[in-house]
Amino acid sequence: MSIVDRRKPRPPLPEADGLRLDVALQLLHQAGKPVPPGDMGSTEWLQALIDSLVDLSSRDALTGLANRRSFEVALAREIDRVARAGEPALLLALDIDHFKRVNDTYGHAAGDQVLKAVASALLDSVRPMDLVARVGGEEFAIILPNCPSPFGATVAERVRRRVERTPVAVAASQQIDVTVSIGGAFAPQWVRSTPALWIERADQQLYRAKAQGRNLVQLEPVTVSLVSNEERQLLFDTFQSEDHE
Amino acid sequence: MTAAAVAGGAARRSRITAITSGKGGVGKTFVAANLAAALARQGQRVLVLDADLGLANLDVVLNLFPKITLHDVFTGRCPLDDAILPAPGGFSVLLAGSGMVEYSRMTPEVRDQLQKVIDQVAPRFDHVLLDTGAGISDVVLYTVSLADEVLVVATPEPTSMTDAYATIKVLATTQGRRSIHLLVNQTRKPSEGRSVRIQLQQVVDRYVSPGLGEAVQLDLVGEIPSDPAVRECVQRRQLLLHSLPGAPAAIAMVAVATRMVGAVAA
Repeated sequence: MSIVDRRKPRPPLPEADGLRLDVALQLLHQAGKPVPPGDMGSTEWLQALIDSLVDLSSRDALTGLANRRSFEVALAREIDRVARAGEPALLLALDIDHFKRVNDTYGHAAGDQVLKAVASALLDSVRPMDLVARVGGEEFAIILPNCPSPFGATVAERVRRRVERTPVAVAASQQIDVTVSIGGAFAPQWVRSTPALWIERADQQLYRAKAQGRNLVQLEPVTVSLVSNEERQLLFDTFQSEDHE
Repeated sequence: MTAAAVAGGAARRSRITAITSGKGGVGKTFVAANLAAALARQGQRVLVLDADLGLANLDVVLNLFPKITLHDVFTGRCPLDDAILPAPGGFSVLLAGSGMVEYSRMTPEVRDQLQKVIDQVAPRFDHVLLDTGAGISDVVLYTVSLADEVLVVATPEPTSMTDAYATIKVLATTQGRRSIHLLVNQTRKPSEGRSVRIQLQQVVDRYVSPGLGEAVQLDLVGEIPSDPAVRECVQRRQLLLHSLPGAPAAIAMVAVATRMVGAVAA
């Protein structure tokens, strides 16, 4: 039964029929979202509907995290911001260790429980401004804007331990321990780059973390590209050019 | 001809030098073009690759209007050979052209394309000069990473020196460069290039080398005096070495080339 049929009498929506409103409302209902309030078919109502659909299409259905699509949009925006403003930003790539084993041993429903539990542990271990996304099966990513490089390792380690300390109930009397491997890379400050390259760099570190035994954090060493005041001073302290402007 | 030179001829491998600067407008492309001409004059087969994929202007410096560019090679429209053009100074060029704006950002595709092109041209020349863009972008750092040697061009201006230092630091820390060539352009008094090198070396010794546990050496390949002839040639879009070979800047450029060739033979 369609959601619209519950409203009686059904408002006339001759033009809107072509918009597949039934399907839109069904999707919202399935996601547990309310039908937008107001007059059905009015501009405000349609706007509210679009807002709900946008929200729906940026989230991962199972975990409620940002999905790959909205992650990529956010990443492109962030890398642009870093290039212009020079603020530090960290990208973490995460992967649940031995996830296949969970699925094989306890079944896919248990696998889903693990994914949800990890998603919630990740959300709990970062700031509200950070973006946590599910980018693939058991792969997650976190964008941390304005994260100074000395804090990178601390933050990533906090995330790793939070997951490690959160056992997941996969059955009535069964809890399993779940761990994640984490790779991270900072966006190159003041430098034009691409989301693809940033992801690749974080992924490389993730492979290292996996290769070195899992349940580990590996961050790409930070490139020191900026010249400190001390260095600048030494560069010019005895050097006197007549043409300094 | 020495035995070593003959032997070298058998297993000839080109020497790839990236020319970079940190700051723009210090004469990087001017140096690339005239150094290529000076090397060509000494019997070397030279190719200059315009690796400033976003804002290339080697064609402007050389007054060339290429119909085929790297862009056509990257997109598979033309074979590489068609894009290698003769330049006025007796060397060859691979020009980027203005259709390359989309490559100003580093992508895995650009990376692979550049690597492929360089691998293909390298065996056919004695010297490949990579004229990189300004700044320390991904594209610049990647281009430099493809080179055997780096030549940093700086002027005695504080901004240029600071950017040259930042470039040297990044190359030493991220690419493991332990020897970096320095060319000081637009010097205003004799041995100003030496002073610039000493200053830069001092800061490198203090802040870069200790972190690496290994000394990073700056090698001054030459200094080019500030010379009105340079501006004149740039405006006429002519090679300095061609039009005014007796100018002080041209003579200094030939000395740099001689040094480079000598270093190969040694």
